[in-house]
Amino acid sequence: MTTTPLRTDGTRFMGDPGESGRFGDFGGRFVPEALVPACLELEAAFRDAWADPAFRSELDDLLHRFGGRPTPITECRRLSAETGLRIFLKREDLAHTGSHKINNVVGQGLLARRMGKTRLIAETGAGQHGVATATAAALFGMECVVYMGEVDTQRQALNVFRMELLGAEVRPVMSGSRTLKDAVNDAMRAWVAEVEDTHYCLGSVMGPHPYPWMVREFQSVIGKEAREQFRGLMDGSDPDLVVACAGGGSNAAGIFAGFADQADSRLIGVEAAGGAAVSNGIPGVLHGMRSALIQDEAGQIQEAESISAGLDYPGIGPEHAYLSSVGRAEYRSATDDEVLDAFQLLARTEGIIPALESAHALAWVVKAAGTEDLPTGSTVLINLSGRGDKDVAQVRDVLRPDA
Amino acid sequence: MSTPGRLESHLRHRRDNGQKLLVPYITGGMDDSWLVTLDALAEAGADAIEVGIPFSDPMIDGAVIQQSSLRALERGTTPESLLGELARHELSVPVVAMTYYNLIFRAGLDRVAGMMAEAGVTGVIIPDLPLEEFEAWETAASGAGLATILLVAPSTPDQRLAAICERSRGFVYAVGRMGVTGEQQELAASAQEVAGRITAVCDTPVCVGIGVSNPAQAVAVCEVADGVIVGSALVRRLLEGAGPEGAADFVGSLRSALDGTN
Ligand SMILES: Cc1ncc(COP(=O)(O)O)c(C=O)c1O
Repeated sequence: MTTTPLRTDGTRFMGDPGESGRFGDFGGRFVPEALVPACLELEAAFRDAWADPAFRSELDDLLHRFGGRPTPITECRRLSAETGLRIFLKREDLAHTGSHKINNVVGQGLLARRMGKTRLIAETGAGQHGVATATAAALFGMECVVYMGEVDTQRQALNVFRMELLGAEVRPVMSGSRTLKDAVNDAMRAWVAEVEDTHYCLGSVMGPHPYPWMVREFQSVIGKEAREQFRGLMDGSDPDLVVACAGGGSNAAGIFAGFADQADSRLIGVEAAGGAAVSNGIPGVLHGMRSALIQDEAGQIQEAESISAGLDYPGIGPEHAYLSSVGRAEYRSATDDEVLDAFQLLARTEGIIPALESAHALAWVVKAAGTEDLPTGSTVLINLSGRGDKDVAQVRDVLRPDA
Repeated sequence: MSTPGRLESHLRHRRDNGQKLLVPYITGGMDDSWLVTLDALAEAGADAIEVGIPFSDPMIDGAVIQQSSLRALERGTTPESLLGELARHELSVPVVAMTYYNLIFRAGLDRVAGMMAEAGVTGVIIPDLPLEEFEAWETAASGAGLATILLVAPSTPDQRLAAICERSRGFVYAVGRMGVTGEQQELAASAQEVAGRITAVCDTPVCVGIGVSNPAQAVAVCEVADGVIVGSALVRRLLEGAGPEGAADFVGSLRSALDGTN
């Protein structure tokens, strides 16, 4: 079945943002002059590689044989019965390293190698992107340094050890709120000094151009697979809703990319209630991009507050701010308590322990089921961005503080 | 080409009289005596003073200036409070404001430009606003009579360097090394190199900042450049309690080294 494009003027909701890296009013390249040449070089290298069939087939091959793609779609029969919906999960938790982050790092690692870089640096929140980057570095024989907020190194101690096992060095970040936003600051600071031999492997659809676009393209494999798989399962139809959690927004952008321009599906991004940049933020400039940011009246960036380290970010990728501004995607939020309930619910009803980040998407679906926002009988495709093994100790501490 | 504004005329005049330009940096609002420190720096021989408006996420700053920014924010400093204090303070040398773009974007470009002009600010440095993103601010700034100082880095290719020099007003800020602000044992070779590449293509005064930490380094840089910006080495002394006198002593030592009178 072929569906008609939503726009008839030839433009796409999720197309190429061009040289300026603009998604409507958002995006751009707000970096110190020292980094501008590196961003330009990266954009040129990515454009070249992305148009090169040899690069694409090497990437596809690695994602298949190393990354475990394609990931399946699982229909949740018991959860569907409980909510009055038809719920499907795109199983990024089954990808190598346990989340969608692998799609991006294998792409950026290949690109870095093609550019002659010998080191990868990365920021990480939950540690999943750090683990994924360390994995790619090991695969490609590169040196790797991961910047991680000191608070997060404690919340996600096991992931720190995982990165070290993979041969990476983890540098705890002591500045600011000591979480993801500060890790990005420190990674950028380091990149300025090391840009000659080092590629900054940014973990989400954020930062200066070309990152928001490039990372979305690397993650778009999720949406491409999901659309075909869903049509295969459902007689060629598309889901009524596509739902994904959004921190920086890479797993959401990846799955949205498969539906934004060609399907009638509603797209829903679910943010952490304590870090809901689209819902509560104000346009601003941080980390190289113009986007929606949580900030005070003077323009000082505020700390996000979430049980999940991966969503503890006061901004969101610029393309999401754009998709929201034009009404193509909608953004909702879930509280820590709702997330903890959803985390347990999926484990009990479907035998899948989700990442706390992914549980946000689930939490909103459970909360909204049967309301006007999500009518009974809807077909819902949720991007299950990662598995919850990394969160089990933290959740135990919350649910059984005395154990 | 437009006529040079107040800041540039002032700096050109001094340069053309054979003086090396000394531009110390402090973070506005970092302690109770920051305005007294400004006077002391002017007295000690600063040709202009760069005042940082503190931002929560100073991406191009190292540990020392991060710390001073944090202190200023903890003291309740906002762009408005800081510029208000400056407006009520008479200073004998030009003030250049340094801040990150979000603070300007948040308050509104025209409004900030107006507030700055009212505070007596003559030039503005916005390290995260490169050439391609600069136009909207340039319009607001020049409308308010402010010079915007653009940065050139060691990594900037020649053609781009020329384009940046063409648009920079007041002076051209040559980034001395690939890295964030912070004191360095040794002056990076890139400091003289980048200054030389700029002076070769433009007549606007060229000051080198980032990684210039002591009198000897300032002198070495000024073999090629017209002047230096010294930040972390000064701010560290203030954080350690040197006070306005200690700050003046340090800047005085830079002044005499540059004048060849020490
Ligand atoms: C499993 C999982 N999902 C989602 C995220 C959030 O990132 P993004 O919004 O870029 O998908 C993270 C980040 O650490 C993650 O580990």
